[in-house]
Amino acid sequence: MMEWLKLIGILIILVGFIFKFDTIAVVLIAAFATAMVAGISIVDFLEMLGEAFVANRLVTLFLLTLPMIGISERFGLRQQAVILIEKIKSLTPGRFMTLYLFIREMAGAFSIRIQGHTQFIRPIVNPMAQAAAENKYGELEEEDVEKIKALSAANENFGNFFAQNTFVAASGVLLIVGTMESLGYQVSAAAIAKMSIIVAVIILLVGAGYNLLFDRKLAKKYGAGTAGPKEGK
Amino acid sequence: MEQLVSNLLEFFYILIGLLLMTTAVRVLQDKTHPARLGTAAFWLLLGIVFAFGNFIPAMVDGIMLLLIGVLTLFKQVKIGKLAVVDEEQAEASARKIGSWIFLPCILLAVFAVIIANTPLGGQVGIGLASVLALLIAMFITKAKPKTVADDADRMIQQVGVSGILPQLLAALGVVFNAAGVGTVISNGISGFVPEGSRLAGVIAYCLGMVIFTMIMGNGFAAFTVITAGIGVPFVIAQGGDPVVAGALAMTAGFCGTLLTPMAANFNALPAALLEMKDPNAVIKTQAPVAAVMIVVHIALMYFLAF
Repeated sequence: MMEWLKLIGILIILVGFIFKFDTIAVVLIAAFATAMVAGISIVDFLEMLGEAFVANRLVTLFLLTLPMIGISERFGLRQQAVILIEKIKSLTPGRFMTLYLFIREMAGAFSIRIQGHTQFIRPIVNPMAQAAAENKYGELEEEDVEKIKALSAANENFGNFFAQNTFVAASGVLLIVGTMESLGYQVSAAAIAKMSIIVAVIILLVGAGYNLLFDRKLAKKYGAGTAGPKEGK
Repeated sequence: MEQLVSNLLEFFYILIGLLLMTTAVRVLQDKTHPARLGTAAFWLLLGIVFAFGNFIPAMVDGIMLLLIGVLTLFKQVKIGKLAVVDEEQAEASARKIGSWIFLPCILLAVFAVIIANTPLGGQVGIGLASVLALLIAMFITKAKPKTVADDADRMIQQVGVSGILPQLLAALGVVFNAAGVGTVISNGISGFVPEGSRLAGVIAYCLGMVIFTMIMGNGFAAFTVITAGIGVPFVIAQGGDPVVAGALAMTAGFCGTLLTPMAANFNALPAALLEMKDPNAVIKTQAPVAAVMIVVHIALMYFLAF
């Protein structure tokens, strides 16, 4: 029974999220409660928490990229993206996002650790996908504008998550090696990275199919396009 | 070289700390701010932990984190007056600068990858590339230092609060491990997973990763707990290859990341950045793909690990 109490942190996170309490506070309370139940002293807990947070500052290194993105936006990054896409008339929003998915996977494979949502999705990919759709179908309903935003963000996540471990020194790969080692199994980082290629290829296919379905939906809703009537039915 | 890398990284953390502290000062000077003192304290405490966390006792870092939690709990952290982007000015500037405006973003990625392939490594690469790309952006746009400071503050206030959540979750994983949460799960789940069934073990490992990642919002934190609790006793001990099982379990966890609002950095952050009406729109869009990928992971692990 006492052992089960250690899961209290998971319960706190679950309840805290469902009732939409402040997430930072919920995580801290979950950590505190787990430590208390496990018999860790308050002093030890504070030290452990402080040390773990400071040791994981890498995770938030992306804050350093924000000033550059901020001024690029002020000086027309988004607007220029729209000007460019207006010249590429043949790309549909779905095809454009599949292209981004591929580029994002390559970036992961070459260890470019980027914060794609701030660096690419907000300033470039979403505006370009929106412009591609407007080029083809004219002004979209708000519902579809929102869908393109969500799909842009989703493609960033697909490409980021499922391709990052194809890089040998990715933190995920090193975590697998470290965990397996501490549990008594010797594995090589190169073998883990090679194994991860399969999933990277599969997500490209699944993502491309999903983007294609979205294009079809748009085409069905808005017709073949407003860029001029094509050949008759 | 290792010493140089850690010194450089420490330097970048100090830079981040200074950025955060600058935001604290700006909030403090903004007399119209709806929660002036609390918000300033939040950014100041966070800035101190980033810049000097390694030089002060870990217990003090821990106390400052708890204070940060108290501030957000009582809703004392709010976004104040920001230097909004003037659409017309941005358009005029786009016509003048043209596609050169993409150069800093592209060079950020290029520099980062070049440096990542030197002994300096990927993390230093991001830091150095950020600074270089900022200088190039300032050169191209002729932005005044005050404009840069305004925009840095705008971005930090917009992104910062949800931005530190992943780091906090990684710390939570460390606490969970120290408390032995993994052992409890292993003991508990042994009642549900039939002994000797490889398929049941694989399903338990993959779904365990998905569910735990959803709850914790962090696949990394889930991996250590679930591999010790389920992966080793139910898959690897039955003859599963640790390379195949480990690699697939991690990405199976990422299917969970696609499905959870707890992964604020990936799901809530873009919803905020793109000013979406529905904060869960990204998750809803990802759900069908996540479901397909979960099945793919179970099948791959079952057929390739044994």
